[in-house]
Amino acid sequence: MAVICPHDVVNMASTMKSNEDLDESGENHEGKHPEGNLLHFEPEVAVESMLVPTDSFESFEQEAPAGSASLQPDSNLLKCQNTEENTPDKVARDTDTNVASRSISELSLVSEECIEHQHVEEELSNSKEWRSQEKHIFILSSAGKPIYSRHGSEDKLVTLFGVMQALVSFIGDDGDTIRSIHTQGTSFLFLIKGPIILACVYKSRESVAQITVQLNYVYSQIVSVLTLEQLTRIFEQRRNYDLRRLLAGAERLIDHLLIALETQPALLLGAVQCLPLVSTTRDAITNVIVSSCNKIKKLVFAILVGGNQLVTLIRMKNFFLHPADLHLILNLVNSSESFKAAESWTPICLPKFSSDGFLHAHVSYLAEDCQACLLLLTVDPDLFFPLSEAKQKIVEKLRRASLLQSINAALAHTGTPVSQLGVPEARHFLYKCKATAQFWGPVPAPPYQTTEGAKRLLDQYRVLHHRLHAPAQPLKLLYLQDNAETMLGWVTTGFELYVAFEPLVTKANAIGAVNKIVRWIKKDDNGLFITNAPTF
Amino acid sequence: MKTIEGKIVVLGSQGVGKTSMVVRYIGKMFSHHISPTIGASFFTCKINIDDTRVKLQVWDTAGQERFRSMAPMYYRNANAALLVFDITQYHTFTAIKNWVKELQRNVEEPMVLALVGNKTDLVNQRKVTREEAHQYAVNIGGSYFETSALQDEGIEEVFLNSAVGMIKLSEDSQCTSLRVYDSSEAGGTTAILQPPPPLSAAVQLDKGPSPGEQERVLACC
Repeated sequence: MAVICPHDVVNMASTMKSNEDLDESGENHEGKHPEGNLLHFEPEVAVESMLVPTDSFESFEQEAPAGSASLQPDSNLLKCQNTEENTPDKVARDTDTNVASRSISELSLVSEECIEHQHVEEELSNSKEWRSQEKHIFILSSAGKPIYSRHGSEDKLVTLFGVMQALVSFIGDDGDTIRSIHTQGTSFLFLIKGPIILACVYKSRESVAQITVQLNYVYSQIVSVLTLEQLTRIFEQRRNYDLRRLLAGAERLIDHLLIALETQPALLLGAVQCLPLVSTTRDAITNVIVSSCNKIKKLVFAILVGGNQLVTLIRMKNFFLHPADLHLILNLVNSSESFKAAESWTPICLPKFSSDGFLHAHVSYLAEDCQACLLLLTVDPDLFFPLSEAKQKIVEKLRRASLLQSINAALAHTGTPVSQLGVPEARHFLYKCKATAQFWGPVPAPPYQTTEGAKRLLDQYRVLHHRLHAPAQPLKLLYLQDNAETMLGWVTTGFELYVAFEPLVTKANAIGAVNKIVRWIKKDDNGLFITNAPTF
Repeated sequence: MKTIEGKIVVLGSQGVGKTSMVVRYIGKMFSHHISPTIGASFFTCKINIDDTRVKLQVWDTAGQERFRSMAPMYYRNANAALLVFDITQYHTFTAIKNWVKELQRNVEEPMVLALVGNKTDLVNQRKVTREEAHQYAVNIGGSYFETSALQDEGIEEVFLNSAVGMIKLSEDSQCTSLRVYDSSEAGGTTAILQPPPPLSAAVQLDKGPSPGEQERVLACC
């Protein structure tokens, strides 16, 4: 602790100083016309970065290379003020800088001491309940200002945030970047994104790559609210800005996203679930939207969602929506009751689409008697009334064609249980179609219908997912047997399949069941997945 | 029958009850679980006053700071503004002053201003006095109202006042952003949210300024 603190102070001083003379760019929240590196959301093209956590981790890294560089303190200033460095730190700093994830025993000891120390001081971090949380997420600015804490008020954790900032700065001194600290039972993971530091302290079985993906999602949520341009500008102008002012009201978006990350397989798989509909019905809905909107220029996406599932998605030619952006849209819809009250005209930044500007979204539920949410996204801030008219037309046409009823029926359907598939050995499975970034799974049956059961199942899927996609040695097929269940994971060029069997299943039976599942999915393909990619 | 179409924007800090007020007036209900508005919500309603029908396009804006830079999109070409603050939070009243400055700078056409102190159900925690708020409303050429969205008090008067203000604006040749036309249908047959009260009654309902101050509303900005 005593070793790290002087760095901290120096770092804060130097980083603040170095940013005083940066330019003040004018405010520009106009939605920019989309361009740049878009990943594809059409059937023919695989969405690589969404499939492999390590890939997406690397791609995120590439997006914000300024991370450690902007944190780089004035090393001369630091050297002359910091002569009492002692050996443990030297050891820590001399370790190989290229190792992605490393355990630094000296450093982790220090950090544990620090955290222990805080626990004594801080009422909140001393509380048993707070400490027993399986996973903590913290967000802070590079100047050490608290931005967000998953559990408990960040105001009561100020010193803890200071420690995190100190750890990041300490490693940053050498132009290196701290990634993670591993102790027995608890891991500390850091992700530095320009002026923002995200940290996760977790006891769960999740892998570093999986947690990194989650932190990237949280960061994307912040960008989605503010745009990268605004986020960067604010901290360029005022290094010690309290970002909570601008994020007021958005904490619940982050909370909701983290709950989804903890409880739903969608974000783990980087795929979305579609509302099961007969393909002719879905096509009819799509045609209604296309025919009502095709005169409107600058409409980039029309997205219809219901019950956290995708009903249809229509895009402007040559533009694609990344599944990660779609997850942010679903998160916004699911966590905003206010959309139900009236038509909304909402700015939203889709980081993968264009992180620098807002799209304008006309958001409304179809009707009192049809709780599917329609989002019409455009780059033109003056398009509210044309889109509002288009929405009225869409609803009228859907109603006339009895398509609202079809949507309602699909929304009311509780889902297919695995027992209907005729594979008694299988308890549950997830099937991800790689090319379309969509997945499907049966409705959880015993023993997974309880909260604990569902959590254990998702944990098992995480382990499978991690082992199959381990960067060092990716696997095609994995068969894991333990006391509670037997898990099988299978990755092909076209799909990924994760199956939970009863624990005593034989390999031969398991393989037979897997083949049956795949045959069933193919047979029913049209209803479970959207296989075309309609455009305006 | 003459019909006037006007745009009304609801401005104010987060959590002062803008959405609650609008939903109370248009939806005739109150919810304790309204989530923060994201961007802005759009409502429409009609008010019949004497032989004039006023169609209001209501833009209920988000109060959070991050939407501040979007505000011009919502108040552009507005004919009336409801400036809402929470009588138990003084800083929300202070924030109104910035909104007024911004409107005065950016809106060229005359505008009906209504200053609204919400949450009178929490009157024992009052931090903004009626006198101070009223004086400020007079200074900016607006009217002052106190409301409780929770108890449904005073809200109809706010909208009525804005509608009456717009009728007067429509008689003003300077004002080009209001749409005025004669509707062919007989008055009072379509959905009317308000019983048509006499014009004078609408002004009397106003707890603050006298009709003379009402005149100044029209001249302001």
